[in-house]
Amino acid sequence: MGKRVMLMQGNEACVEGAIAAGMRFYAGYPITPSTEIAELSAEKLPKVGGKFIQMEDEIASMGAVIGASLAGLKAMTATSGPGFSLKQENIGFACLTEVPCVIVNVQRGGPSTGLPTLPAQGDVMQARWGTHGDHPIIVISPSSVREVFDMTIKAFNLSEKYRVPCILLMDEVVAHMREKVELPEELNIEIINRKKPKASLPDYKPYKDYDGDGIPPMAAFGDGTPFHVTGLIHDETGFPSTDPKVTENLLNRLMNKIYNNLDDIIEYETVDTADANTVIVTFGSTARSVLRAVKLLRQEGFKVGMLRLKTIWPFPHKAINELTQTATKNLIVAEMNYGQLIETVKASADGVFKVYGLNKYNGELITPQEVIDKVREVAVNA
Amino acid sequence: MRKELERYFRKDKLPHIWCPGCGHGIITGAVIRAIDNLKLDQNKICIVSGIGCSSRAPGYMNFNTLHTTHGRALAFATGIKMANPELKVIVLTGDGDCAAIGGNHLIHAARRNIDITTIVFNNSIYGMTSGQYSPMTPKGAFATTAPYGNIDRNFDLCKLAQSAGATYVARGTVYHVPQLIKLIEKALKHKGFSFVDVADICPTYFGRKNKVPTPVAMMEKIRDMSITVKTAEKLSAEELSGKIVIGEFYEENALEFTEEYAKIIKTAQGGK
Ligand SMILES: Cc1ncc(C[n+]2csc(CCOP(=O)(O)OP(=O)(O)O)c2C)c(N)n1
Ligand code: SF4
Repeated sequence: MGKRVMLMQGNEACVEGAIAAGMRFYAGYPITPSTEIAELSAEKLPKVGGKFIQMEDEIASMGAVIGASLAGLKAMTATSGPGFSLKQENIGFACLTEVPCVIVNVQRGGPSTGLPTLPAQGDVMQARWGTHGDHPIIVISPSSVREVFDMTIKAFNLSEKYRVPCILLMDEVVAHMREKVELPEELNIEIINRKKPKASLPDYKPYKDYDGDGIPPMAAFGDGTPFHVTGLIHDETGFPSTDPKVTENLLNRLMNKIYNNLDDIIEYETVDTADANTVIVTFGSTARSVLRAVKLLRQEGFKVGMLRLKTIWPFPHKAINELTQTATKNLIVAEMNYGQLIETVKASADGVFKVYGLNKYNGELITPQEVIDKVREVAVNA
Repeated sequence: MRKELERYFRKDKLPHIWCPGCGHGIITGAVIRAIDNLKLDQNKICIVSGIGCSSRAPGYMNFNTLHTTHGRALAFATGIKMANPELKVIVLTGDGDCAAIGGNHLIHAARRNIDITTIVFNNSIYGMTSGQYSPMTPKGAFATTAPYGNIDRNFDLCKLAQSAGATYVARGTVYHVPQLIKLIEKALKHKGFSFVDVADICPTYFGRKNKVPTPVAMMEKIRDMSITVKTAEKLSAEELSGKIVIGEFYEENALEFTEEYAKIIKTAQGGK
């Protein structure tokens, strides 16, 4: 298949990206504004020999996704606020048992049923800490339709590579927006598949770090080497243990396989930050307004720039650190919530910058004008 | 244990965690014997459980095994079966796991008639969390959370499974082991959603709380309460109360979910 240029919605780009990445199983439960992802998966998956199922709820969807992944298929589910809450226990199961899977959360206004059809970015912290206990997770957030395509592929690749659930944190705007996109040729798409045990491995241990990279090779149920998987703390054979050393080693390995590879995982974009006095830190659809505002402000002579986080978790401390090498004095964290990412930015900036919040949580977008007003306000105060 | 059955167990994981006199080992043994009698391929069996004393069984069984979250075994099992329909998928679950927190998944797995065999270790109590009442605890029985006697009404899991769409439904007990093995064999051979409810004993909690002094006394109680499906047909609702009806309730050949999905793939691919 050659290059394809088409007008496409974010949710549609997500399904295209997922199938290109090798998704062959989808389980979900309908919820606005993610529903198109389920509908399109139902239509497209069987065409490539993949499988779709509408489960009885989001808890079951998450369980089915993990089951399918353990049986060897690349698997995804998509949801929004209330459904994301329901998935959390099983997301934790996937973190601990190291089962690759992709969870799309198209954020809408909350809490509770909230504003089902309106945008928000209120799940930043839930995406990181929604399930109980210490755990690793990767969360990435796209700002355009083309980026939804690319990042869905990236979500599968990271999840497969590191055996960790990856959350694609979208918002209603990016999900429902239509843009003209040119999809890459399939040959040019990098696809990563989970590491399989070498066929010769005598008595395979499903959680043994054979390669010293913290990522155990993963067999599938039915491959011919029966193995055990449990959500209890387990040793390298996969069986339960309450030994403090085993527990500590397991949690360290789970964390280190992510935190030792930050350069491979983390992505961010900077615009006009080199000489900027004020940098706006943002992500997702809010970055679109910020970009517009930066352009307009630059025309007026304001030294302003943008740091757009494509990876939200693990948090890109490096990006904040880089700004300390520039003239930047002020950071404005723009997010469609009451102030979530700002706390981490403040901790990361550690007193080096003055950090201001630009927040909106009424179901409306942050507009370029509001960004402009905030920058002016900060300039006056500074 | 018969020597030829040893290969089905992970002997290095024994002894098991269950209390002396617990019925869970009897059911586990019956599942193993049924598998052996049918000569099923060990590598092609996947056993999935939730959380509870009963859900620890797969850890001792030498197959592909998955110990999931409380109540969700059928959801995970559905993903496994769809991903690889060649696997024989078996769900082992407790009555709390299956009828309380997992009740919805039971209804919908049965409704889809997906080829999964579900076996309920039904001891009418939450064993693992030390004796709280479950949806299977009879009215009037005692539990740690029913110190004045249980006022919740229990229900018939087999009737639920059948009305939701299960295509093989049976009940056995830990007292009638040869029959239990036969019922599990039938369930495993059945194509579609098969369901075996097993009247089980938890001497440690149900027994103590309800003044049944020993595991043997609990077994005798099960024996005395059990009547066959045939006998039950002639009894009134009143006469049936307090009885355990055992045997086969339902068997039907119906379209199976993963086979139906295979047809969808064919259609979507242009009927190749
Ligand atoms: C979400 C969740 N809620 C509650 C628990 C606590 N819990 C563990 S096992 C169990 C009940 C087990 O009872 P049953 O399924 O009947 O199995 P048994 O132990 O009697 O074999 C409960 C409530 C849990 N692990 N997870
Ligand atoms: S508590 Fe009850 S169900 Fe659990 S092992 Fe002991 S006897 Fe068995």
